[in-house]
Amino acid sequence: MSREQKNNWQPSASLSNLKLRSQVIDAIRSFFKARQVLEIDTPILCSNTVTDPFISSIPAHVAINQNNKLKTYYLQTSPEYAMKRLLAACPIPIFQITKSFRQGEIGHNHNPEFTMLEWYRPHYDHHQLMDEMDELLQSILCCQKAIRKTYADLFFDILQINPHQVELNHLKDCARKHHIHLANEVTDKDTWLDLLMSHCIEPKLLGDRPFFIYDFPASQAALARIKKGDPSVAMRFEVYAQGRELANGFYELQDAHEQRLRFETNLLKRNELGLDELPIDEYFLSALNTGLPDCSGVALGVDRLIMLVAESDNIQDILSFDFSRV
Amino acid sequence: MSMYGLNEIRSGMKLIIDNDPCVVVDNEFVKPGKGQAFNRLRYRNLKTGRVIERTYKSGDSILAADVVEIDAQYLYRSDDEWHFMANETYEQYVVHEAEVQDAKQWLKEQCDCKLTLWNGTPILVVPPTFVTLKIVETDPGLKGDTSGGGGKPAKLESGAVVRVPLFVQEGESIKVDTRTGEYVSRAKE
Repeated sequence: MSREQKNNWQPSASLSNLKLRSQVIDAIRSFFKARQVLEIDTPILCSNTVTDPFISSIPAHVAINQNNKLKTYYLQTSPEYAMKRLLAACPIPIFQITKSFRQGEIGHNHNPEFTMLEWYRPHYDHHQLMDEMDELLQSILCCQKAIRKTYADLFFDILQINPHQVELNHLKDCARKHHIHLANEVTDKDTWLDLLMSHCIEPKLLGDRPFFIYDFPASQAALARIKKGDPSVAMRFEVYAQGRELANGFYELQDAHEQRLRFETNLLKRNELGLDELPIDEYFLSALNTGLPDCSGVALGVDRLIMLVAESDNIQDILSFDFSRV
Repeated sequence: MSMYGLNEIRSGMKLIIDNDPCVVVDNEFVKPGKGQAFNRLRYRNLKTGRVIERTYKSGDSILAADVVEIDAQYLYRSDDEWHFMANETYEQYVVHEAEVQDAKQWLKEQCDCKLTLWNGTPILVVPPTFVTLKIVETDPGLKGDTSGGGGKPAKLESGAVVRVPLFVQEGESIKVDTRTGEYVSRAKE
């Protein structure tokens, strides 16, 4: 055992933060139980996982028969697919608080194993779900009502660019003007938008009121519906508080065919980037085929919410044992 | 030469960036939920002292720099060469104008310095924090002056010019803080 391990047997969180953690989780449960949202739990270990090129799953090798033949399963990066399968079978409001896992995500705001709150509301669009999110945050953070802004207005207000129409070179110039010096060539517009978001915009999303950002570029739709128009936008929202991303929600895509195309696009992108090949989750697509209710859903990083309550800027302060101690 | 992945880089590590040795000040992992992972690296260029910020893809690696800091004694100067000797190995090092930079005005023979070596070659000299040096030239001060007031310039035996109180005279030795270049006190030889 190394000296570092000997000194690191102790928890990374203080007792007072562990108490805050317990209170926040209790408050979330009470909030949903009072609203008759059913608490469920879904498997963390599944034979499929997300195909997103920028979300990496942690594989686990599991014996599937008496001969110890091993098959690769994946620790889930969010409970989204399983929850939607439940919704397709029983269209009622559901929530869960679960551990999720993401490969390689270690930092002040990231831990490879983290706690996620995810909930779904049949017959809600993303604006109605934002209303509910607002009430949840006000009750837990004792904060003011959130500020809502479209992705386009946010970029225009802070950087004076139109994110839907801006050219790649203009994005690069804007980044350079804001002292973002990239070591590599990046030619993907969405990546530049993400860089501007994380380097220039996020740090400005401060104050007593959280920010709800909605109507993302259609190219960043993930599992959200797209609202046709000029420009077409993804019916997706993100929540920010004290300069930190807290949650991501969708007015959920119901179209199984469109969903399959998006998965295939992801797989092509993964291939381009030299990432592992992954199977497409056919259980999930079959559920969509049978019929996902008209619904919205959102996932919130519970650890980051607790960081806000504890006024901490390092995730290790509110985890019993952060990743360096496990 | 070894490489470090962006995820294993910690503050204090020495790297080669743009062909120069650098020391990491801070490395922040930045990743939007759905977006690509980046690391925001802040580092000091050990040659110029400048702190620079740059954003890398998290999958990238950076070359490690073989940089060490040693204790060395300043021996003497001959023209444009400053000669040092390592305290531990007695090995001698020759340092040129570009590397001795701001340190040279404080160097007095036999003083203890820190030498930063990159691949065995000195790239930076740090003088002791406090040095005691003799004033070789200053205007005579007025009688009765105490340490208050504006002071006057004084040239030291090592070549530096510092502001000293008016009562301090030519031929006296003074203690100076080399980080700020400020007079601290009179010193007894």
